[in-house]
Amino acid sequence: MPKVKSIEDLRKIRDEAQQALKVRLETGTRIIIGMGTCGIAAGARDVMRAVLEELDKRHIEAHVETVGCIGMCVQEPLVDIEQAGQPRVTYGKVRPDMVPRLIEEHLVNGRVVEEWAVGRLPTQ
Amino acid sequence: MRELALHVLDLLQNALEAGATHITLTITEDLAGDRMTIRVGDNGRGMSPDLVARVLDPFVTTRETRHVGLGLPLLAAAAERAGGHVEVESELGRGTTVTATFRLRHWDRAPLGDMPSTLMAVLLSGRAVDLVYEHTVDGRTFRLDTAEVRRELAGVPLAHPSVRTWLQEYVAEGISGLQRPID
Repeated sequence: MPKVKSIEDLRKIRDEAQQALKVRLETGTRIIIGMGTCGIAAGARDVMRAVLEELDKRHIEAHVETVGCIGMCVQEPLVDIEQAGQPRVTYGKVRPDMVPRLIEEHLVNGRVVEEWAVGRLPTQ
Repeated sequence: MRELALHVLDLLQNALEAGATHITLTITEDLAGDRMTIRVGDNGRGMSPDLVARVLDPFVTTRETRHVGLGLPLLAAAAERAGGHVEVESELGRGTTVTATFRLRHWDRAPLGDMPSTLMAVLLSGRAVDLVYEHTVDGRTFRLDTAEVRRELAGVPLAHPSVRTWLQEYVAEGISGLQRPID
């Protein structure tokens, strides 16, 4: 049994987080997951869970965000990865078992997984 | 949808799309009465009586009403095949409450499923929304109020990597503390 999570743990997290927070929020990587009815029905929530687990496992501090339907329902679950200075890449029909490779290749090695990419937005 | 938690996520997303800043999610499992109740209330923009009358019909959904979509008809079907039903109350400018009931031990009642992930999917939306989650099993209650968590965090966002891990584990432990095998 893991140790029971308490409010004390939360306060510790807060104190540690307040130190480094600004840097992380301004320079970090964003992973955006579609969570409309279409996304949910296609399995987006479990993809989100896989993303959170993989980031945790590798100690990668990326910002994860859920959004509504963007109208590309047929490609759901959709996952966008955006890194500072790089185009935002949309991956389609993502399954939980694809998440480790996405994170390994795109986030860690900086290579777009072309065969899964369905869209690209230039840097803003 | 395979889990009731996915329907719950859909209801919570509806509340977000309706511009809610406060959402209450109540789940009650009454073993003696063989009843499960899931209720989502929000303070979003609400719906007209005319729209409320039609939201359970999958074929009247139009562009203006697309924040409702197919979610409610699917939930109604899930409730009805498990001996329950869905009620929608709403008032323009005040908000909406959706209540789904199920027979707890009905053969066709889907399992509740992964509630921690459902809550995370909403809390990671980046919207300024607070959520009160109250889950009661036979009189034992687990309660999470994100407004209280935010106060403790003093500006550190809920989406912070360490905070989201804490939240997921906190909810998972809270819910598993409620469970007792169904006899």
